[in-house]
Amino acid sequence: MAVLDIKNLHKSFGEIEVLKGVDLSVAKGEVVSIIGPSGSGKSTLLRCATLLERMDKGSMAYLGDYAVQEDASGNSIYASNDELRKLKRHFGLVFQNFNLFPHYSVIKNIVDAPITVQHRNKAEVYEKARELLDKMGLKERENYYPHQLSGGQQQRVSIARALINDPAVLFFDEPTSALDPELTQEVLKIIRELADQKTTMVIVTHEMNFAAEVSNKIVFIDQGVIVEQGTPEEVIYSPKIKRTQEFLAHRK
Amino acid sequence: MKRNNFLPSFVKLSTLFVFFASSVVVCAIDNPQEATSVWSGVAEFWQEICGIVNTLGKGVLYSIGLFFLTILFAFPLGLIVAFARMSKNPIICNVTRVYISIMRGTPLMLQLLIVYFGPYYVFGMSLKNYPEFMAAVIAFVLNYSAYFAEIYRGGISSIPVGQYEAANVLGYSKNQTFFKIILPQVIKRILPPVTNEVITLVKDTSLAQVIAVVETFTIAKQLANAQASMLPLICAGVYYYIFNFIVAMAMERIEKKLNYYR
Repeated sequence: MAVLDIKNLHKSFGEIEVLKGVDLSVAKGEVVSIIGPSGSGKSTLLRCATLLERMDKGSMAYLGDYAVQEDASGNSIYASNDELRKLKRHFGLVFQNFNLFPHYSVIKNIVDAPITVQHRNKAEVYEKARELLDKMGLKERENYYPHQLSGGQQQRVSIARALINDPAVLFFDEPTSALDPELTQEVLKIIRELADQKTTMVIVTHEMNFAAEVSNKIVFIDQGVIVEQGTPEEVIYSPKIKRTQEFLAHRK
Repeated sequence: MKRNNFLPSFVKLSTLFVFFASSVVVCAIDNPQEATSVWSGVAEFWQEICGIVNTLGKGVLYSIGLFFLTILFAFPLGLIVAFARMSKNPIICNVTRVYISIMRGTPLMLQLLIVYFGPYYVFGMSLKNYPEFMAAVIAFVLNYSAYFAEIYRGGISSIPVGQYEAANVLGYSKNQTFFKIILPQVIKRILPPVTNEVITLVKDTSLAQVIAVVETFTIAKQLANAQASMLPLICAGVYYYIFNFIVAMAMERIEKKLNYYR
């Protein structure tokens, strides 16, 4: 069963149709990178998948549970807010700008939602959070506040925060775009480790070499449609479609 | 963003000390007739001040009461007004907008008069069971809620949308998001303008004299008229200054407390 299954996703902002019928299926353990020019709709796709935007048409299911279904004419019908809130346990999202809560310490950023929202056992959550911080190389930083950390460290905290509920899939929205090359490597190293551990991930990124290295599947989106998808070898190293070739010609 | 560092703290403390020390001296001298002629003049002067300070005392209680009741009601009401102002419903939003505009656009003194005399002149109601103090509290709360609402609104809209999105993805409900994630950050950001407003409120309580609330300024004016002296007004000024001094120090302390994050 697919972890995430999106079918025929349409999304407009006013008059402008940003996504024009996108299908995306992510299997367990798979790493999917979404690439494409700015304004192609790749971020919107991620925001629809994480329920930050409402799709107009199409359906979406996590682990077979529908978050969005289509009615007879294809329009999207969302599940109740309660059901959607439950589905949010199935995914985590790492933002470009980290979006840590500045008034919470590092550890509180990670444990607060599982304790107050999912009502999980406090001791268990803290133990898991410390384990994750250790994995992120931030063992000594649990009582720091976000402003005391570098961008790379903040991003690693936000990855730990996204992982605390053992999500079925982890989304990354340009996770290194706000970081300098050195800090970028810090964060990419973590993502690489997660990939090695068979974490299911969907990554929107401009780091082509990195995408080629960690992904099982590359999806190239332009002007709201999937132009080409396949293995990194197929899409990045020998693209068949002209638009993909053009886009990737600028690859460093 | 430190606003209240206009004086080094030792100057502040010594000012306070001088004031308190002198009042202690005033009250200790209870038999000026036996003092030498030079000292008896000084003692008489101090005794006069002591008398004024005592007489003003009751008014100060009213000023303090008016201040705290206004804070108590206007803080939460301001938040509700801010929500109404940001409402997507055009009727609620525009009604609130007009309310804020009137409250900010007309003198508080006028609002006091209208709140106090309005029920009589407009509805023919008796003022017998309508104490001036209550009218003053109502007028102040209505006025200050409008100001606080705009401060809240500015604070709320200054929080980056990413904070809402992060909370949303983590599953926080709308209420949890607001009270756990947004409001604490808003409070930190609005503290400097709120301090300004609260200090203005301390001084504004003197406007309650127009509807004959017996607060500090009302009494000071009566004393000044009766004694044909400026001394009561100066004493009232010192009272207001000390009041604001304490308010400013308290706010500064809260600001420092919230300095642990940015």
